[in-house]
Amino acid sequence: MNDTTATSAPGQIGKPPLRGMRDLLRIVIVGHVDHGKSTLVGRIFYDTGSLPEGKYESIKAMSERRGMPFEWAFLMDAMQAERDQGITIDTSQIWFKSERRDYVIIDAPGHKEFLKNMITGASQADAAVLVIDAEEGVKEQSRRHGYLLHLLGVRQVAVVVNKMDLVGWSEKRFREVEAEYRAYLKGIGVEPAHVIPVSAREGANVAARAAEMPWYKGPSIVEALDGFNPVAPSKDLPLRFAVQDVYKFDERRIIAGRIESGTLKIGDRLVFSPSNKMARVNSIEVWPADRAKPSTAGAGQSVGVTLDEQIFVERGDIASHEADAPIETDVFRGRIFWLGKEPLTKGARYKLKLNTFEAPVQVQAIEKVIDTGDLSAATPDRVERNQVAEIVFRARRIIALDPYSDLPRTGRFVLVDKFDIAGGGIISMEGYADQRSLITARSTNITRVEHAVSREERWRRNGHKGGVIWMTGLSGAGKSTLAVALEKRLHDEGFHVYILDGDNVRHGLNANLGFSPEDRSENIRRVGEVAALFARAGVIAISAFISPYRSDRDRARTAAGEDFHEIYVKADLATCETRDPKGLYAKARKGEIADFTGISAPYEEPETPELTVDTAQRSATQCVDDLVAYVKQRFRI
Amino acid sequence: MDRLDQLEAQSIYILREAFNRIDNIAMLWSLGKDSNVMIWLSKKAFLGHVPFPVAHLDTGLEFPETYAFRERYAKEWNLKLIADSCPGLETIDDTLPPASRIAARKTAGLKEAIEKYKFNGIIAGIRRDEQSMRAKERVFSPRTADGQWDFRDQPPEFWDQFKTDYPAGVHIRIHPLLHWTELDIWRYIKRENMPIVPLYLAKNGERFRSLGEIGITFPIKSNAASIDEIIAELEVTRTEERAGRAMDHESEDAFERLRADGYM
Repeated sequence: MNDTTATSAPGQIGKPPLRGMRDLLRIVIVGHVDHGKSTLVGRIFYDTGSLPEGKYESIKAMSERRGMPFEWAFLMDAMQAERDQGITIDTSQIWFKSERRDYVIIDAPGHKEFLKNMITGASQADAAVLVIDAEEGVKEQSRRHGYLLHLLGVRQVAVVVNKMDLVGWSEKRFREVEAEYRAYLKGIGVEPAHVIPVSAREGANVAARAAEMPWYKGPSIVEALDGFNPVAPSKDLPLRFAVQDVYKFDERRIIAGRIESGTLKIGDRLVFSPSNKMARVNSIEVWPADRAKPSTAGAGQSVGVTLDEQIFVERGDIASHEADAPIETDVFRGRIFWLGKEPLTKGARYKLKLNTFEAPVQVQAIEKVIDTGDLSAATPDRVERNQVAEIVFRARRIIALDPYSDLPRTGRFVLVDKFDIAGGGIISMEGYADQRSLITARSTNITRVEHAVSREERWRRNGHKGGVIWMTGLSGAGKSTLAVALEKRLHDEGFHVYILDGDNVRHGLNANLGFSPEDRSENIRRVGEVAALFARAGVIAISAFISPYRSDRDRARTAAGEDFHEIYVKADLATCETRDPKGLYAKARKGEIADFTGISAPYEEPETPELTVDTAQRSATQCVDDLVAYVKQRFRI
Repeated sequence: MDRLDQLEAQSIYILREAFNRIDNIAMLWSLGKDSNVMIWLSKKAFLGHVPFPVAHLDTGLEFPETYAFRERYAKEWNLKLIADSCPGLETIDDTLPPASRIAARKTAGLKEAIEKYKFNGIIAGIRRDEQSMRAKERVFSPRTADGQWDFRDQPPEFWDQFKTDYPAGVHIRIHPLLHWTELDIWRYIKRENMPIVPLYLAKNGERFRSLGEIGITFPIKSNAASIDEIIAELEVTRTEERAGRAMDHESEDAFERLRADGYM
């Protein structure tokens, strides 16, 4: 051992642990099976003097009973099956102290079969040590665990290249493994804090620095751990108070829950999403009752508050301040890891749990399945157990949520299949709109005026029913061409018909809107309402908008009621891109247009349109004939 | 928030989840330090109330001081106390080592209570740092109809999303103190000025570090006669907490067998 570094090594055998209430850091040890995770934990304990009395002797006895050399892994592998088979089956936790602070070490199994246990362990950690065998090098679970740490939100990572004694303490071998793994982590946007050459069995670079590897100038494992910090929920982010329950055990009506981020104080006006009801905080309750009631509460606290008004609040609501409320949507994208016994499939329904909120969701699309080995993506029709994928989910009701990158604790969810948690994921809203402003009715005290002319009377005057022909499809699918031809044919045959065209309404009615997902949704909302007015006036309104979001089209359908006819103008992306009548695809491919449907923003196909016209398969004339025939049949009185 | 604040907030969150998600639950009250902390945390979670029954699995073998504590605080804390007697030793599997066999009376008592009161959830005050099989536990941990723990195939548990969906016949163990250590417990008792069974405090150079039945629980040598002194003692000790509990040490897998069969 190198004398100059040994004196600075934290924790030494026989040294009494330090006193007082100290910081606690949770560390998970991950990596491929047999790369020495459990051994490393045992050695950290031994080298920091944290082994309980008699433990060394009892491990020795357990090893001898099995005819094995001394097996450090027995410190944490508590099950008989684990000891007998020499593998870790389930995650475990154990406490130790360095000079700086207290630690919980979470041991996680490296076997692929026990990935759910690895995730259970790693999700609780502030920081991670990822162990790679110097001899075997980077393996399947080394990569998968690195990827999952990132998905689970563990940002502080030290990589340990273990078993350096087996490669003759070779710097060359260390650098090879280091370079390969750093390149992989870089591909997922992770920068490890340290890459440390170690021999857990020999105690080299565990607590004290190793004399065998003078070429290594970085910290030992324990020194590296001391450099990490506990992760606490942030008070500086927007307020998210997740309602767990409402208690009426006595005269008080207490809203109970945990503050996931931000701060609330007495007098704050809270909006409860997704119901969008509002009330002010009246008090923050405590027990024992003779203790002072606080005036504020912050992230991480489990609290009970009373409100100034008895509004209806229920479990699953998220309270926030009005100015920075969560997103409300019925569609979102999740980057998920799948643990289900059955594969995840398109169209399948699962129970979503997001904080305390629960709702059924359906898999609308499997956008890609990511190979955690080489980070390549494929688009199969199912996601198998232990795979990572990007999925678009749709709910039947509005959900309040946050993008994970903004607010991690309200931006992650799990999926339940029957009785079991079958996956978890983090939320991205890229390309999808916040529907809050579209669904929150601001006008009150309005009553509808009854017309003296009935809609049937209007129909008889016109000789046909009124209604909305809502064409949806990709840019270049032929919506405008068909709309213009259809309007002409119907007009010539005596129908009252009018086109609402995208470019035209943007010159007037919607001149104040841009092309963000929110503005596009508002654009469609207005057109839907105008089209519904035309329909009620007895006219056939033809709309020709891409209208890529299913939620928006459903809203237009609600506005027009039974007079709504969704027409899917179908053409595959490649065909549309070849046509490119306005040169927009070319610009989008060059990145000159952001959020372009089909390229950089989603198009959600209609599930049950009244009519589909396939312009890639049939001529424009044939398609117009189909449309005319449809109108004649459906708009007959 | 300091470390005790964080532990408290997490336990309150767990207790509230259990109360909301699982119908008909009960809390086990062994009268030891940990289960007293659990009741204290419940009073905090439910703002002065303990909205479920509290069950003492009574073997008749508790120390007199322990029974006195039960009588006093069941009243003072306004608890709905269930204190049925556990089945006798003659009903317990006689292949178990002797101390385990005595401990297993509690498992049998628990099974009877679950059947009698139709509990779907049992809140128990075990901690990961007590024992290496307990270290592998989940916060919400399912048990089969006959109380078995399938520790080789436990549900995933992450981001505070617990297993709250289960078929009929399964019951759930809820462990709100799983993430606490022995020292955390004592520091919390000190901070909250909570009562304890006096057997924990040293008398004539001995005290109980872990409290169980007469005959299978033994005191340790100690001069810690106050909570402050207990904390100081634990900060430097290298002896395991359950060293004085005979059933943990009868064979390598004694405790694994007990727990697989439904012991706490």
